[in-house]
Amino acid sequence: MKRFLPYLAVAFFASVPLWLQDQYFLHTLVVTGIFIIAAMSLNLLLGYTGQLSLGHVAFFGIGAYVSALTSLGFSLSIFGVQITHEPWPAVVGVILGTIIAGLCGYLIGKLAFRVRGAYFVIVTISFAEVVRLVSLNWVELTNGPLALPGIPPLTLGFEWTGFATLWGKGQNYYVVLATIVLAYVLIKRIVNSPYGRAMIALRENETLATSVGVSVTKYLVLAAVISGAMAGTAGGLYAHYIQIIDPMVFMFLNTVTMVIMVITGGKGTLAGPLVGGLIFGIAPVILRDYVGPEVQWILYGLLMILIVFVLPEGIVPAVERWFTRKTGNSAAKRSALVLESSKGARS
Amino acid sequence: MSSAAVAAKPILAVEHVAVHFGGLIAISDMNFDVREGELVSLIGPNGAGKTTAFNVITGFLKPTKGRVTFRGESLNGLKPHEVTSLGLVRTFQRTSVFEKISVFENVLIGLHRRTKASLLGTILALPSERRAEAALREEVWEILRLVGIDHQADEMGGSLPYGDQRLLGVALALAANPSALLLDEPVSGMNASETGRFIDLLNKLRANGKTILLVEHDMPMVMGISDRIVVLNYGRIIANGTPSQIQNDPDVIQAYLGQGVKHA
Repeated sequence: MKRFLPYLAVAFFASVPLWLQDQYFLHTLVVTGIFIIAAMSLNLLLGYTGQLSLGHVAFFGIGAYVSALTSLGFSLSIFGVQITHEPWPAVVGVILGTIIAGLCGYLIGKLAFRVRGAYFVIVTISFAEVVRLVSLNWVELTNGPLALPGIPPLTLGFEWTGFATLWGKGQNYYVVLATIVLAYVLIKRIVNSPYGRAMIALRENETLATSVGVSVTKYLVLAAVISGAMAGTAGGLYAHYIQIIDPMVFMFLNTVTMVIMVITGGKGTLAGPLVGGLIFGIAPVILRDYVGPEVQWILYGLLMILIVFVLPEGIVPAVERWFTRKTGNSAAKRSALVLESSKGARS
Repeated sequence: MSSAAVAAKPILAVEHVAVHFGGLIAISDMNFDVREGELVSLIGPNGAGKTTAFNVITGFLKPTKGRVTFRGESLNGLKPHEVTSLGLVRTFQRTSVFEKISVFENVLIGLHRRTKASLLGTILALPSERRAEAALREEVWEILRLVGIDHQADEMGGSLPYGDQRLLGVALALAANPSALLLDEPVSGMNASETGRFIDLLNKLRANGKTILLVEHDMPMVMGISDRIVVLNYGRIIANGTPSQIQNDPDVIQAYLGQGVKHA
């Protein structure tokens, strides 16, 4: 049953645009999906290495701006040197945004992981704030608070298949869904490999991990690079879907949203950010019909406090435990590593 | 066995090492070596600097003066994981297992140094990576059987009885395939039968040719198992010799029992 759950979930979500009439709700799902990708990337850092990045939106925003500027083109002069960039296809923009966000992850990782814990949190917050100020004040490049409008939507296809420009919500929905599946498989393979084990070992007991030969900086920086790049992809998708971005993407609230998604869903679990993301992505839309925005924020906060108090590990581990108790499965004890049963290898 | 060990050349050498914490001198001038295949115990009263010595040797602390060499290579300035990758692996007094991870996976993490997985291969789930992973799992079973905790593979590390946690700590260190093993008070807090099991394990490891440096307070065990004993007191070495030499050394007796009381 549990093995087929991911496939069932994908099949269900793939069918949604076929029967869902409400276009606004479909739009909500697309945006929620994009945030879920960002939350999944945050989970790799926060959940598996135990390092909290409170500036995660910086990677998201960098991906968005790089992707937007690549596909829009720009012209600016630095120290009298005129640089002009002709527009490139949107897909190239998303790829470049991913790479540059990954590079930023590398720099931040190298810089911040010399000192971990609280210092890493401070460095990431500062980084996000610096990037926000740059996007706000480098008007020649980013248009500042006037925003970058008219970002072209993604165009997919090859010479031999013909090209499709994704104007519609349904099309974008499938691109986001495919990216989520890709990100899920990527993270799953990494955390189940020696790489993921090294990250979890560092989270659980850093001293012991180094004594068995795990290099702290190597694995934390690796996690930061993958995490940053993945958040950059999400940002790129966001830019080409919304088609306009301004420095508001760097809002601290966006980081908080990602953290809430990860923590309520269950940090350090593969499905956690998906569950938490769906709840906190859709809840505002459902609540909107019944209560005003102010009450909504209060309910939002109450919901989070409730979840954190009642299920401190998050929803996914709690449901898992409930499920194993219900089915009488003896593997009720949950290891911090997410591996297939060790019994398979017993000789 | 000690005559063979004496003939072998030193594998680990601690040369004029001093460690100062501000004004406090934890180790003043330490000089000893461990030869290939030898079991050397480092003993001394509490606060003598034994654990500090371990921390210096394994790269967790930088010496103020002097240097440590392993197979002729200086360890100064190396990080702990780099020392481990040279084949010098330690266990800890307390935090020696991953508590929230199963015993099996603890050892799997311990095998880190022997995994050669490439990131790209991992992401693409290449068959070679899967085979390597299966081979690793096989190795975990071998180590668990050697240490004698294979029946507890699915337990959480932190839920094992105390003695078994110490065994798991050793299993973790063994997984890194050390040529020299540094054990920091492995039997402290163990009962007699657990200690007996541990001594059996140490003898098995010695038969496999492992060099062992041991810090321990359990004197019957130390006297029974060591080729050589190095005695530390107040950060300096006061004796270095075979168990029988150490037992009769006046400086050692004074360090442990205090100044003889003349009128007694």
